[in-house]
Order: sequence, then C-alpha cells, then structure tokens
Amino acid sequence: MLDKNGIAKRIAKEVQDGYYVNLGIGIPTLVANYVRDDIEVEFQSENGVLGMGPFPFEGEEDADIINAGKQTITTLPGASFFDSAMSFSMIRGQHVHLTILGAMEVSEKGDIANWKIPGKMVKGMGGAMDLVASAENIIVAMMHTNKAGESKLLKKCSLPLTGVKCVKKIVTNLAVLEVTGKGFKLLERAPGISVEEIQKATEGKLIVEGTIPEMDI
Amino acid sequence: MINKKVGSVDDALQGVKSGMTFMFGGFGLSGIAENSIAKLVELGINNLTCISNNAGVDDFGLGLLLHQKQIKKMISSYVGENDEFERQMLSGELDVELIPQGTLAERCRAAQAGFPAIYTPAGFGTEVAEGKETREFNGKMYVLEHAFKADFAFVKAWKGDAAGNLIFKGTARNFNPNMCGAATITVAEVEELVPVGTLDPNHIHIPGIFVQRIYQGAKYEKRIEQRTVRQKN
Repeated sequence: MLDKNGIAKRIAKEVQDGYYVNLGIGIPTLVANYVRDDIEVEFQSENGVLGMGPFPFEGEEDADIINAGKQTITTLPGASFFDSAMSFSMIRGQHVHLTILGAMEVSEKGDIANWKIPGKMVKGMGGAMDLVASAENIIVAMMHTNKAGESKLLKKCSLPLTGVKCVKKIVTNLAVLEVTGKGFKLLERAPGISVEEIQKATEGKLIVEGTIPEMDI
Repeated sequence: MINKKVGSVDDALQGVKSGMTFMFGGFGLSGIAENSIAKLVELGINNLTCISNNAGVDDFGLGLLLHQKQIKKMISSYVGENDEFERQMLSGELDVELIPQGTLAERCRAAQAGFPAIYTPAGFGTEVAEGKETREFNGKMYVLEHAFKADFAFVKAWKGDAAGNLIFKGTARNFNPNMCGAATITVAEVEELVPVGTLDPNHIHIPGIFVQRIYQGAKYEKRIEQRTVRQKN
C-alpha cells in the first residue's frame, strides 16, 4: 500500500516534458517533489503564478508571493505573475496540459465530488470547478477509501458534484485506474496489494483485463 | 493628467452606505485593501453584499467586517479558515453564494469590459448551474453567468500615481486588476504613491481610466496566512 508520498511519486511519472501543470492542495502539491529533473515542467497556481519554485528559505518569505494554498513560495527563472482572469484563461482555454487534484468521490463515469459535504463542510469550490470543466487531462490523487473505510470509487457520487464526466485517471494508495465511461479499468496495483483487495475497496464497476502489473515506483 | 488622488482614506470612501455592494480584491490575505477595510470597520455601515474570492480570517481582512456583522451576503469561491464565517453561515445570519473562482474573476472582468454576461463550462451539471441558462457550443455545454454590478471596488496595488495608474506585485495582483472599473467607483490604495511621470508607461498593469480614487495606505501589515519555508542545508 502507498502512503501520500507514494501516490505523489507515482503521479509524477505522468508528468511529461513541456507540460504546464496545475497542482491542487494536499497530495497533488507533493507531486512537484518527484518530477524527474531531466524534463522541463512549469507549475501553475491559479492565484496567478506560472513557474512556481520551492518554499523560500527561512527569513525570505514574501507575503506577496504565495500559492493557491496561501503558502509562501518562490519562483523559478522564467516565471510570470498575472491576474485571476488571465489565470483562468490559461485553465479554461486549455493551455494548461495537466490538472492533478484531490477528491472525496469519483464515479465510474468520471464525475467528481470534492467541494462540499452538506451540513458538515462547506468551504467552497475555489478553482476546482473551472479546472475540471476545462482540463483535457485530469488525474485524481486520493485514498481509495474514506476514513470510515467506505469506497471513494463509486457507481454514482453521493456528494454535490464538482464536475461531470471529466476525470481520466485515478491514483490511489491501492491502484492506478483509468476512467473509461464503462467502469474503472485497473491498470496497476500498489506494491503488495492484490486485485481482490482492490475489488473489495471499489464500489463502482472494476474492469480487470489480463494480468495487472505492480506499480514501478 | 486627470487627477485621481484623494488626500485621505476618509475622502476615498466618501459615499459608502449601508446596503451597498462592494468588490474586494485579494487572494487569501494577499493583496487585500487593508486600509479601506479598516475604514469600513470604523464607519460601521452594514447590510453589505461583498464580492471577494475569500472572506479573510477571524481577525483580519474581511473577517473584521464579519466580526461586526456588517456583511449581509458574501459572494466568494472559497471560505475556509474562518470560524466566525462558518458560524454565521450555518446559523443563517449570513447569506453565502459560492461560485467557481474563474467565474468570479470573469464576472468582474465582464463588468469592467462592458459584457452583460459570459458563457463558461465551469459548474455545468452541478448545483452551481441550477436555474441558470445553459447552451451548447461545439458539442460542449456552457452556463450563462452575468456580470457583477457593484457600487464600489476596493483594490490594492503596489505602486500608483495621481493619474490612477497601477502596478501590482507578485501574486498580490490576483483579482485586483479585474475589479478595477468593474464597479461604479473604484478606490485604489497603494503602498507607494509616486510622482506622475515616474512610472514607465510600458510597465503599467492598470491604466488610470479604470480608477476613480487613489491614495497611499497609511500602513500595511501584509499578514502571511501559511508561512512555509525550507531549511538551508
């Protein structure tokens, strides 16, 4: 089974040379730590920066340079700042190649829910609805089950949706899956995890074809 | 040069009244109009509708207006990190409309640019699109979203001049440029008000035509919400 860093490490393998990538809050943020250093990738943050770098050294934090999680960051050579409308022009206009975000639920049709638990948690969708409505390539990073042990890969989402038919790939602590529209197609198993264990943790239809390889991370 | 400079925050906020709709620039606590907000807290006007990406934290930013129950309605995209906000929302004291962040930006920009409405794919098929007109373009579904109407926009820039020209710094830019000229009156506060002619016209982010009043803020706290650092090794 993978931990959060393991999930991030596996997703980092999906990032290709020349990609502009938007990373969501949580596990997705960790992906930046594992991207190969022999390829050129720029990270976009929807609050208005392209070419995000690592956290600043202590004493060099700048209140005017933050990411969408409101964390202090730095910029890399070639970086740029811009306003919110232009930031979402990059996203809505499909100039950003890859979006990696977290989710509370994903359906076998590719619907995603990650912004609201009625009566419990209402923080808002932030940029998530714009991202999922527009990105051509969306990877969800999440645990396979919630804290109560219930599957997060469902036939149909029970929570208010963030977007419909948009998720293409899911990387969890147990597996890598492709959303086909007909079900979750199992692509890879996490180290030490069996197909049966993945089946048990997946409420939606799981498509298993042939031998499923173990992840190489 | 058409002079937009006002002598003080008091002059800058002339005409604000209870029941009005205000826009506030900023993302989290970055790039917020600290001095205009402080003055609004002091004036104590209430029943306000506020358009802002976030709602501040408990003791800073728009959280200060919330604390005094000056806000009737918030239109935002993300409102975590604020306990008083959550309490007022769950108790029904505060009306909250949550909208996608890109939609928020574009509804400001539409108001600035003279578009009555825009079509966006964001929120289609979700509760955000309920009751709204939808339309198909090239096989994809879009939601009609209207331009905002606001009485005042309170923005913050890094540098400005008496002509109202503005330059922003880093990610403190965010919604500020999109709100300039999107309300009846745009009030810009700047960290540094420089003599006219010293800003290079090539470097202006927002031309003064979009700004009605400009002043230099008395002080800036520029609070950091999430201080994240790495160690030198």
